[in-house]
Amino acid sequence: MAASLFILAAVGGALAATVGIAGVLGTGGRLSIPWLVPLGGLELSLDPLGGLFLALVGAAAIPASIYAIGYAGGERRGVLAYLGFVSAMSVVPLAANLMTFVIAWELMSLASYFLVLHDRDRTESVDAAWVYAVMSQIGLACLLAGMLVLATATGSTTFADWSSAAPDLPPGTRVLPLVLLGLGFVSKAGVIPLHVWLPRAHPAAPSHVSALMSGVMIKLGIYGLARVSLDWLAPTPAWWGAALLLVGAVSAVVGILYAVVERDLKRLLAFSSIENVGIILIGLGAGLVFAAVGLGGLAVLAIAAALYHAVNHAAFKSLLFLGAGAVVHATGTRNMNALGGLVRRMPWTAACFVFGAAAIAALPPLNGFVSEWLIFQALLQNVRMARLELNLAFTVGLAALALTSGLTLACFVKAAGITFLAVPRSEEAARAHEAPVSMRAAMVLLAAACVGLGVGPTLVLPALARVVGPLVGSELPALGDGLTVRISGEFAALSPLALAAALAIALLAPLGALWLVGAQRRTRWAPTWACGRILQTARMEYTATAFSNPFKRVFDFFYRPAPRLDIEFHPESRFFVERIEYASPTRSLVEEWLYRPALATLSGLAAHARRLQSGSANTYLAYILAALVLLLVIA
Amino acid sequence: MITDLVLALTQALVVAAGAPLLVGALRTLKARLVGRRGPRPWQPYADLAKLLRKEAVVSTTTSWVFRVTPYVLVATMLVAAVIVPVVASRTALPFAGIILLMYLFLVGAFFLALAGLDSGSAFGGMGASREVAVAALAEPTVILAVFALALRADTTNLGGIVARFAGEPRLAASPGHLLAFAAFFIVMLAETGRLPVDNPATHLELTMIHEAMVLEYSGRYLALVEWAGAMKLFVFLTLLANLFFPWGVPSLVAPAPILLGLLALVGKLALLTVFLAVLETIVAKLRLFRVPELLAGSFALALLSVTAVFVAP
Repeated sequence: MAASLFILAAVGGALAATVGIAGVLGTGGRLSIPWLVPLGGLELSLDPLGGLFLALVGAAAIPASIYAIGYAGGERRGVLAYLGFVSAMSVVPLAANLMTFVIAWELMSLASYFLVLHDRDRTESVDAAWVYAVMSQIGLACLLAGMLVLATATGSTTFADWSSAAPDLPPGTRVLPLVLLGLGFVSKAGVIPLHVWLPRAHPAAPSHVSALMSGVMIKLGIYGLARVSLDWLAPTPAWWGAALLLVGAVSAVVGILYAVVERDLKRLLAFSSIENVGIILIGLGAGLVFAAVGLGGLAVLAIAAALYHAVNHAAFKSLLFLGAGAVVHATGTRNMNALGGLVRRMPWTAACFVFGAAAIAALPPLNGFVSEWLIFQALLQNVRMARLELNLAFTVGLAALALTSGLTLACFVKAAGITFLAVPRSEEAARAHEAPVSMRAAMVLLAAACVGLGVGPTLVLPALARVVGPLVGSELPALGDGLTVRISGEFAALSPLALAAALAIALLAPLGALWLVGAQRRTRWAPTWACGRILQTARMEYTATAFSNPFKRVFDFFYRPAPRLDIEFHPESRFFVERIEYASPTRSLVEEWLYRPALATLSGLAAHARRLQSGSANTYLAYILAALVLLLVIA
Repeated sequence: MITDLVLALTQALVVAAGAPLLVGALRTLKARLVGRRGPRPWQPYADLAKLLRKEAVVSTTTSWVFRVTPYVLVATMLVAAVIVPVVASRTALPFAGIILLMYLFLVGAFFLALAGLDSGSAFGGMGASREVAVAALAEPTVILAVFALALRADTTNLGGIVARFAGEPRLAASPGHLLAFAAFFIVMLAETGRLPVDNPATHLELTMIHEAMVLEYSGRYLALVEWAGAMKLFVFLTLLANLFFPWGVPSLVAPAPILLGLLALVGKLALLTVFLAVLETIVAKLRLFRVPELLAGSFALALLSVTAVFVAP
């Protein structure tokens, strides 16, 4: 029963992907059912930008649903919420008026709320769902406020009317909806400092849902930002693009700094999603700046690069979450310090995970490298404009992206290495089993997507340029031939396909060289050597915590670790230690400096407000009377 | 096409065959500088031959990652050797970008660190953790430093940068260029595991980074790892020589200019090797947690260099 519903979801995903790709390629379409929804009716329309994100939702839903067949193992709970989640996400990029959009958006949040609450016996899940609900409602409030301001200013709730009326609105009127809508969408995308829900909610959900939340749902925040900045309120001023760029830079660095010290595998992946959204925002912001200063071609390049990274992130992050899910499925733990050695018991999962780690660490010739390369190139093009303050913002973006890529490498060496290699650190890890065939199929599918997106930018990039071009009102500058991507003539070029071929040939070279010189081919198996000790146990291995210790020390101004060391000595001699306990928790500056004071103020105000509620009916009647009189006076 | 193929083979051959000699010469020089006789410069070839004759001892805790890594390392270094302008400013692969080169090095670091963890000993983990920490902190510096060059030369193509600066020596003497050189040099020390960041001659667990990671390798695997390490040093020094001192790098691909280019390269590498040997003799290794300060300093230099492009072009 559950399996057939998941197959239905996969088929629906394939359908959505097909429609979305048709939309990207220029097929338009409208659907209007006036009686279904109040205040304007249900209105859907397909355009290239919406089509791209619809295709993303559909394409990610296919492997996630296939995976779920094995992962859920016939369990019925959450299947309906899953179907609702996928459907709502498919409607969001198609929504053509305020009411349709808000209902689809809210359904998406609600369905994912129930999925986050999947393990309702664990307080951790309940807390995560609570934080998630509050943050998504705050985001929705910002969105609604921004949309209502815009609807009042243009006198319509239809999106098409907004975009046609926007250029004539006075600049002052545009700022408020721009900022409100921006806040709403950025909070859904999980950008620092509105990210607090993300590392709690994503790990709590079942893994195929985590994959969709990280791979697709937060991308709908990006979709909203692109929609606002390129369509509803286009053209946006240069400061807006620069602000997005800088916010993205902060998110990228802070997100990956949290990820690198994390020892919970799924939380690590969630923090890395924050980082990747930051990278996407760097590209998007750069493109909006280019558009604002009149460099249309570069704007298309930068925004297409950002969208490329969004698509790529959907592929490798889904892959990694599914891999992490397989690990949880096999061992029942997400704590990397209790894992290890899984490569023996779960060779498929391990290979797929290492593959995904290489893709997210932007190793050539996989897809993460191509989109990061494009974003680097787009940022470098800022020499074409002579505005010092904007140039400096771009330099910050460059530096942040470079630092991020180095830290991502460290983070995913740790995630893949500690989880899958060497000796198992617990009984559960030693007894792990390989994932069922449907889960493996889904992971292999996504790994193939990582390769395809990596070697095929000459196909993907023009398609993305068709999405962005009409919105910016410009075209992508010449891209080179079918194999090579060229940026600004001779400025830069890349041919991932030729690179992949070169790497393959180079891989054969040492094999051939060894054979030519007649190297010794014998291999002897022996235990790991370490200064003559006899036993090799898991306690001698490096743990996730130990691995990230250099980062904790180097960036201690950021982590503010509070190490605690408890040693229990033998009662008769201090030279014998009975027990050592070491903890070095990191602190979250955002939560300490932003959320705690805000929550404290809020509960203080609430305490004051409670006095209004005396419990006496007479007082309440007096309130009603006072409110009536007040309204009459104002009216 | 044929020229490109020949050029690619020449470059790969120069780097692959010359790398052990560079390492050997460096060791000999360092030994002489401290008053020892030291090994002969061609000792690394003999070492490699010895390792290739020995059987490989592989730990039972390791997986395919451990055995694949040496091949991946050599492969990435060979591709790097083809995309760096070694003997001519034209390179065999037309998309020879600076970003690609840096990420190729990261491929090597990724696999080597995984292999370090794979052995399951504390040494391997320690080396992997330290290596990725240094790589992560060196990455932004190296990228910014080369971007400073790329922005001045108006291309990220390595051959293009060399050709541009060879044509206009005045550009190569600007303050921004010198800052970028300083930053790049420090990063080169970190990336190739030289003093004061890492000591290639020690096996002391408190200090070693690279050596700790490869401790479990032996036989042909160790030979490949050592060879790839030597090639990395060669490629980095070549990059330093040809990017910052682009004189004598021919733009024409024909036997005579290539030979001249090779001679110029040998000369520049000899100077850089002497410089490196003297430097490694007079500085002491930094404590591990002082290394980030060094890298942060070089990051600041690189950032200044990029900013200088906009402020004083």
